[in-house]
Amino acid sequence: MKKGILLHEADDDVGVTAMDLQAGEVVQAVTLEGELVAEIKLVDDVPLSHKVAMRDMDAEKHVIEYGREIGYASKAIAKGAHVHTHNLKSLRWSGKSQIVDHN
Amino acid sequence: MTKYTEIPLTGYRRENGRVGIRNHVLIISVDDISNAAVTGVERLIRGTFALPHPYGRLQFGDDLDLTFNTLIGHGKNPNVAAVIVIGIEPNWTNYITEKIAETGKPVAGFSIERTGDLQTIANASRKAKEFVHYATELPRVPIEWNEILVSTKCGESDTTSGLASNPTVGRVFDRLEKLGCTMIFGETTEVTGAEDKIMERCITPNVEAGFKKAFDDYQDLVQSQGVNLMGSQPTEGNIRGGLTTIEEKALGNIEKMGNCKVVGYLDQAEEPKGPPGLYFMDSSSAAAEQVTLCCAGGATLHLFTTGQGNIVGNPVLPVVKISGNPLTVETMSEHIDVDVTGLLRFEYNLDGAADLTMEMMARTINGRLTSAETLRHDDFVITKLYRSA
Repeated sequence: MKKGILLHEADDDVGVTAMDLQAGEVVQAVTLEGELVAEIKLVDDVPLSHKVAMRDMDAEKHVIEYGREIGYASKAIAKGAHVHTHNLKSLRWSGKSQIVDHN
Repeated sequence: MTKYTEIPLTGYRRENGRVGIRNHVLIISVDDISNAAVTGVERLIRGTFALPHPYGRLQFGDDLDLTFNTLIGHGKNPNVAAVIVIGIEPNWTNYITEKIAETGKPVAGFSIERTGDLQTIANASRKAKEFVHYATELPRVPIEWNEILVSTKCGESDTTSGLASNPTVGRVFDRLEKLGCTMIFGETTEVTGAEDKIMERCITPNVEAGFKKAFDDYQDLVQSQGVNLMGSQPTEGNIRGGLTTIEEKALGNIEKMGNCKVVGYLDQAEEPKGPPGLYFMDSSSAAAEQVTLCCAGGATLHLFTTGQGNIVGNPVLPVVKISGNPLTVETMSEHIDVDVTGLLRFEYNLDGAADLTMEMMARTINGRLTSAETLRHDDFVITKLYRSA
């Protein structure tokens, strides 16, 4: 099976596509160390270097990439779905972050 | 490919013990109106390198200090063998000359008042010729990795930066930390969204406080200008490329830290003086300004990652360009020293990409000119803090 998704950390909620991927394709997700983590069936078309959900996520879940929170799910996200501005929002700039911003 | 650990390293050991990987005879202009004289000397004497710039007159306070510290730092940088300093009047010229002379390297200052450009150029050229003879007879000697001061920055970033080139530098930095090297990163303005991660990595409350103050000062400056950054990051181009939130963009940027601890905080252009390890330098995120500040802080080799293709260089500090974007590597190949697109084709893992980078670092240390050096990207840009008197 072809490799198609790279993960910064094995436990991340999202991986990054290493090529354009089509809905229905099944690809391997591997870490930057080359370790196989999962096989993912794409439910959306996802262009090169965009994010794919590694698991089902409920709305409001804090989404992890690089082993850190990169935002929250603004709606429920299915495993294999494209994750981007339509379903992922910044915590920092939403007032949901505990880190106080000057703005 | 020879594994980097098998490449013997050579460099120039300076009078103060620091090690350089280049051997420039620098002709530094103290101020804007002395540029004609420094370029005059450069044209006459082979093997010299002029450093003209647009500032140095009627500046005051922190702004004046930063301009002069930037000039002095370039003169003191171990990649420089000897220095000629030319300014309009003797006081500031002597000040800069004496500061550089603290390194023990040959330095001579010339002022133009009461002499004129032509006689100054003649006097300085005679001295510059002497310095070139001196520099060209200096031998390269065996050196170790921990004698190289490595700085880093990313520019024209895209998702391949966070995915490939930045983690590659991070892996290189992890190795350099183990080897006892000193490294510098910065970009105060671009770490917003990941500043908490940097603070967690600071080894003492003092280091953390230094970083936090620089970060807060920037946020205050933005606010004082009536600008609201909320929603400005990531940019439209970032979003097209797949970046969604400011947190994600900042985390991609600081992948260059690897797993290193932050052992010190540096003001702009300040030289690391503490233990080896990774230092955060307060710095602009504009490429040429940041690289110039690192050079002034004594960095001798720079790792610059790029997604869409930033082309920056520096006159004194060799800039090694690393990209993981296949289109950039193909369409701007003359600017890229290390191609890590193989990470995206699953041809090698992060250790493989770090091996490729460290092999190119070793060759650059040993004298291979970087793409930016061969293309004459002598992008010397002083950070100006506020208007002059």
